[in-house]
Amino acid sequence: MNIGIQLAYLVASVLFILGIKYLGKTKDARKGNVLSAVGMLIAIAATLFTLEVFSLIEIGAAILVGAAIGLYYSQKVAMTKIPEMVALFNGFGGLASFSVALSDFFFKNANAATSLDAINLTSILLSVLIGGVTFTGSMVAYLKLDGKVSGQPITFSGQHLLNLIFLLAFFVAAVLVFIDPSQEIYLYILVGLALCLGILTVIPIGGADMPVVISLLNSYSGMAACATGFILNNNVLIVAGSLVGASGIILTQIMCKAMNRSLMNVLLGGFGQTVATGGADGPAVVVKEIGVEESAMLFDSASSVIVVPGYGMAVAQAQHVVRELMEQCEKRNIEFRFAIHPVAGRMPGHMNVLLAEANISYDKLIEMDDINEDFSNTDLVFVVGANDVVNPAARTNPESPIFGMPILNADKARTVIVSKRSMGKGYAGVENELFGFPNCLMLFGDAKQTITKVVSELKDMA
Amino acid sequence: MSVSALIVLIYVLVLASYLGFELISKVPPTLHTPLMSGSNAISGITIVGALIASNEMGYGTLSKWLGLLALVLATINVVGGYAVTDRMLKMFKKK
Repeated sequence: MNIGIQLAYLVASVLFILGIKYLGKTKDARKGNVLSAVGMLIAIAATLFTLEVFSLIEIGAAILVGAAIGLYYSQKVAMTKIPEMVALFNGFGGLASFSVALSDFFFKNANAATSLDAINLTSILLSVLIGGVTFTGSMVAYLKLDGKVSGQPITFSGQHLLNLIFLLAFFVAAVLVFIDPSQEIYLYILVGLALCLGILTVIPIGGADMPVVISLLNSYSGMAACATGFILNNNVLIVAGSLVGASGIILTQIMCKAMNRSLMNVLLGGFGQTVATGGADGPAVVVKEIGVEESAMLFDSASSVIVVPGYGMAVAQAQHVVRELMEQCEKRNIEFRFAIHPVAGRMPGHMNVLLAEANISYDKLIEMDDINEDFSNTDLVFVVGANDVVNPAARTNPESPIFGMPILNADKARTVIVSKRSMGKGYAGVENELFGFPNCLMLFGDAKQTITKVVSELKDMA
Repeated sequence: MSVSALIVLIYVLVLASYLGFELISKVPPTLHTPLMSGSNAISGITIVGALIASNEMGYGTLSKWLGLLALVLATINVVGGYAVTDRMLKMFKKK
């Protein structure tokens, strides 16, 4: 064992841990990211230094290609598209671990000097399974998020049975590989099964549950790196992989709790499908419409405003005009804050990034538990592209599929304005009772356009 | 691999996971998106394995090609992950 490289890996591991520790405070977070990157650089440099590099040209070329793609994508991606990017990168991480595992299998099998022992084989099979599921599962999640595949859950009868059969088949094939690793056909079968399982497990999950899915796949990509660490007997892979695995699991738990659903319930999928038909029988909600001018007057006369942003704000790219609205209100000494629901958007913290992009100070973004008491003494709540997270049915209607989900108590404010494209249902496919409330007014139209008009009305008033 | 080597690796796994849970539960919700893109970058640590795998002798062997594929993908994750996280964190300002 080379002492130098092991010490370098130790330093890298410590830097990864410090990097995450610094993420605990918003002002130190950027420094933490740099520390983590330095750790990665040390790990890469140490590996290159101690390898007797036989094929520097190909390695250099591969790194250059990867770095160019990564850098280009990271600079050009829109902040509204970060969930897609994270889904894609989860998939790349999974596929990379999967490929390293296969590479190791073929290498040791072809080489008379090395042999595959039970520990080695178990690690390889785990890495193939987790990495493969992460890869195809993430690709499906990416396609759903990007709208290339419908965000609706895709379900068919016998789906769960099929998944179970695939998983059992994986174990049978794994045993066959154990009995005779030189029969590579069984490994190919395993590869195919793992890739199919990834697709099958993600297709039944709907668009609104994507925050849970990408958190979970994030965790899987870390676990795949861990399994690869066991193949290569490498500590730094295990430390880094565990940190990512833990991070994904924590985020998954937070998301599930914020939707009042168990992880199993999310994974079984099909949420909102049965409800969409059942909900149609209920009495139609009668809503009151409001125009741009009246909205501007309501803002002008309020003394406190809370904005509830949702995925619709991201779709309409309305975050910048919302900042202009904030500036107009602050000019009038109106208290202006944002209430952030944990599952608003398509990934954890999605709204915070969008509002930060629009140059809104992060101390104005208040978490659900800290702001929920304040709604009842707020003049005006402005809901922009959010739906299920403000549906009072979650508190009051035991029949509702979202009953029990913690929500923002927007309905308790004196007046609520909802900016919405049309009278469509939320992603859970549930009618929103809030829209029929006497204190609720609907501002129909594209959020960006209508808010721009409200802002110019406010400018004229000043 | 010997069983004693495996035990050491399991030790590392358990302790690092525990530490991960402790540290990550302290990350504020505001930073959950950068946390995810940052962990994309960290899971690119497979780059170390990819380097080892793509250094195999002989052209055209399946092992080598898989290694090079992994190397490209892991590099995308590392570079793209850290760069986009930095781009995001730069925007988080307090006035």
